[in-house]
Amino acid sequence: MVYLLWKDLTACEWITGSQRVLTGVSFLTFDINYRNMVFQDFENKFQDKIDNEIKIEPKDWMPESYRKTNLRQISQHAHSEVVGMLPEGNWIGRAPSLKRKAILLAKVQDEAGHGLYLYSAAETLGMSREEMTDDLHSGKAKYSSIFNYPTLTWADIGAIGWLVDGAAIMNQVMLTRTSYGPYARAMVRICKEESFHQRQGFESLLVLSKGTKEQRTMCQDAINRWWWPALMMFGPQDSESQHSEQSMKWKIKRKSNDELRQNFIDMIAEQIKTLGMKLPDPDLKWNEERKHYDFGEINWDAFWQVVKGNGPCNKQRLDARRKAHEEGQWIREAAMAYAEKKMKQNNY
Amino acid sequence: MNTILIRKFFYGDIPDETGGGELPQTPSKEAGKEWPLWEVLIRSKQGLDHKHAGSLHAADAKMAIENARDVYTRRMEGVSIWVVESKYIHATNPDESGELFEPAEDKIYRHPTFYELPDEVNKM
Repeated sequence: MVYLLWKDLTACEWITGSQRVLTGVSFLTFDINYRNMVFQDFENKFQDKIDNEIKIEPKDWMPESYRKTNLRQISQHAHSEVVGMLPEGNWIGRAPSLKRKAILLAKVQDEAGHGLYLYSAAETLGMSREEMTDDLHSGKAKYSSIFNYPTLTWADIGAIGWLVDGAAIMNQVMLTRTSYGPYARAMVRICKEESFHQRQGFESLLVLSKGTKEQRTMCQDAINRWWWPALMMFGPQDSESQHSEQSMKWKIKRKSNDELRQNFIDMIAEQIKTLGMKLPDPDLKWNEERKHYDFGEINWDAFWQVVKGNGPCNKQRLDARRKAHEEGQWIREAAMAYAEKKMKQNNY
Repeated sequence: MNTILIRKFFYGDIPDETGGGELPQTPSKEAGKEWPLWEVLIRSKQGLDHKHAGSLHAADAKMAIENARDVYTRRMEGVSIWVVESKYIHATNPDESGELFEPAEDKIYRHPTFYELPDEVNKM
């Protein structure tokens, strides 16, 4: 009879009835072999679940690197939602009409909600919200580099909705079927809300594209600036991507970076015709043989520069987050003190 | 080229002079002072059960409900909200799922389809 205790998921502690009669070296060998066997067995069972499309839930056994990969990915995703509020929040006060202001407010509020769904999913993997926040503020945790670009004109808000949210949706639709249950459920909720983001962006650009010469120029300028960074959102090419292969095996991801990027390009290359605008890529051309659009070389040096912290707004973004967090400290403490006082008064 | 036509706002979101930029000198948290975690259950319309929607941090129940309203019912997803502090939820252990749930698997006589009845009474 084997009893397994799950105090620590990296190592299973076990006791057998027969082990007690084993002595010395033979016991040690038996112990190690048995542990390996048990561990292997759990890995196999885990992979079987994944292969059979059974979701992994928080308290299920999982390999430590599965936990870490998910934690890294989900927390980065959460940070991206939160930092993503900054470039758009920049325009709430200057949106051109009350209608656009209300829409933008609603969208930014959604992003805050999306951050929360994702932080909650990440917390189920055993990291506290505080630790995640600290990792973001110290620069240890990353967020999507797309938010390190500035929003220079009103048209940028439209371009972000259409291109940036459009690229995010490609990725997120795939992630609704990811193997970790809480992540998949958060993504379902997010995808339901995200489609409004993309549609309002496109509609906003559509209005500009039918406007004055200045408005049309502004529209094209925003597309020019956001196109390449949006393509980089899908991450490095498959040949360069560190985590891809294992993530596919574990069904954390189900499509490769290049596959998603190609789908996105094919979609946008068609949609832009409605706007009467151009994508800033002279090599963009329909390839009848591949049934996909060919596109030009992506400037990966620029991508890595931004990832490393040298993008146009990296410093501003982190400063803004830290400032908001520090300035909110007193109110978090006051709310907690008030709640504790109430509890005492009510004799809980 | 055409860019002169566009008025650009290069100042970004937070001007550098007020942005700070130093790493916090002291850790911004006081150990154990994080707001507790709450689970949120939402009744989507009258006549249906409350269903688990997600979780959030809040100082007390009132704040948990207010935050749940803002986060989980922005698009008319609910008409009623329950919140409960996560630490009060007791759950089964997945490692014991076998002992707990397998006994139900071989009791097909608990289902109406197990019983074959003549046609005239088969709508029963």
